[in-house]
Amino acid sequence: MTDRQRSLLLVAMPWLAMAGLLLLWELACIVFDVPEILAPKPSRIFEVMVQRWDILLKFCLETLWTTAIGFVLAIGFGVLLGLAIGASPFIYSGLYPLLIAFNAVPKVAIVPILMIWLGVGALPAIITAFVISFFPIVVNVATGLATIEPEMRDVMRSLGASQWEILTKVGVPRAMPYLFASLKVAVTLAFIGSVISETVGGNRGIGFLMLSAGARNDSATTFAGLFAIAIMGILMYAACALVERRMTRWAFRGEIVG
Amino acid sequence: MTPFMPASSDTPLVELRKVSLAYGSGPARMLALEDATLDIAKGEFIAVVGPSGCGKSTLMKLVTGLLPPSGGEVRVHGQPVKGPIRGVGMAFQAPTLMPWRTTRDNILLPLEVVEPHKRRFRANKAEYIERVEKLLASVGLGGFGDKFPWQLSGGMQQRSSLCRALVHEPEILMLDEPFGALDAFTREELWSVMQALWLEKRFTAVLVTHDLREAVYLADTVYVMSRRPGRIVKVSKIELPRPRTLETTFTAEFVDIVHDLRERIHMEHA
Repeated sequence: MTDRQRSLLLVAMPWLAMAGLLLLWELACIVFDVPEILAPKPSRIFEVMVQRWDILLKFCLETLWTTAIGFVLAIGFGVLLGLAIGASPFIYSGLYPLLIAFNAVPKVAIVPILMIWLGVGALPAIITAFVISFFPIVVNVATGLATIEPEMRDVMRSLGASQWEILTKVGVPRAMPYLFASLKVAVTLAFIGSVISETVGGNRGIGFLMLSAGARNDSATTFAGLFAIAIMGILMYAACALVERRMTRWAFRGEIVG
Repeated sequence: MTPFMPASSDTPLVELRKVSLAYGSGPARMLALEDATLDIAKGEFIAVVGPSGCGKSTLMKLVTGLLPPSGGEVRVHGQPVKGPIRGVGMAFQAPTLMPWRTTRDNILLPLEVVEPHKRRFRANKAEYIERVEKLLASVGLGGFGDKFPWQLSGGMQQRSSLCRALVHEPEILMLDEPFGALDAFTREELWSVMQALWLEKRFTAVLVTHDLREAVYLADTVYVMSRRPGRIVKVSKIELPRPRTLETTFTAEFVDIVHDLRERIHMEHA
């Protein structure tokens, strides 16, 4: 195998694996004669996706929108809290246990509470996306700050740098790769959050579409919604990975890392 | 014969008076340094050598005020040191360059932080960049300013680290085993670079090292420390003429001094 073939194959592998999986699914449906209501054939799901693309797109965009807002809020809040926790041992010891406790609460449980407070609509989905996705951002930013090399700190202190200067000139740039690594995780979590909220009780978004299609025993549409979520998830992840590589080239030492 | 010491040696730049330092407290208390007394004249190059773990680095942190002494007094310019003193340059065994900055921006860092450069950094940036380029050229790194530290070899990174320690023209330069992680050839090359910089700029330098040849090559005065808790057990004035070269290191005089120091340190291990 030449180097060129090798690198081509590396690029093609994810697509081959996905095609293989779908093919297996298709064959299993045919061989075992699975009724469509249990598990529709992938070919049927894609057929529905093409037929009903306008509805799917509308609901997808609603979900994308709420996810994006929740995610942006999570970045803002997560970075600020992460910086505070990473910079001050007092804030760390005060808030960290609370954060862990909060993170351990299943977020499905808070959706009904949000419904009581805020009613149905976009707001509960935004808030769910936010609360589920800020935790990894906080932890990663705080870790980036807390692991500044002591020598680096000594260099700054011997120059007479203030705590603020150490934070802005060393801490923040150093925390950037940690932040961007966490964004990839956080964006997927934000999706889970908004879809959970739409599924538990909502009147919009892809989660609601799946729920109502499921109630009509329209399995093909439900699965089409599932596929749409997966595709959106991959796209958002890829967008974050791209931003990561652009912003923190130094952390990869200039190498291309996927 | 100490031609590089100021003739009218009034008050020394740095004075340590019976300085001791203990880490921890209670039963975990560990005395790292005991009764250290020494003077460093302005423009003097001193080296501190000793067995590992003898508190050499501690001594350095005390002089710069990064650590407060547990006992005794540290004075710089006759003033007791209360916190980190300004106008110090530091270089460590690890280059501690910031990987997100280019080499040039790394060396500009002290000028962004230290007054009075900080105040006029934006206005004078072009002039400062020129200063950095000159400094880079003087350590043999001309044209490497645009490279990131991780694109440079270990020796080149250490040269950049020296540039960063010197760019704001500090009064005192602290060197904590700065050549310790380099191969022998690069190390000896950097001794000569270091000496040339010192002969040109005449800063006061404190070198902490466990390489006796390095200490004798570079320093005016070598202090030998004992095992923990570290005490100064020998002071040796090195009166070899400058500039010293690699050839100097093979002269009988040089070898004798190194041998003497070695003997004294061996006593610590006995």
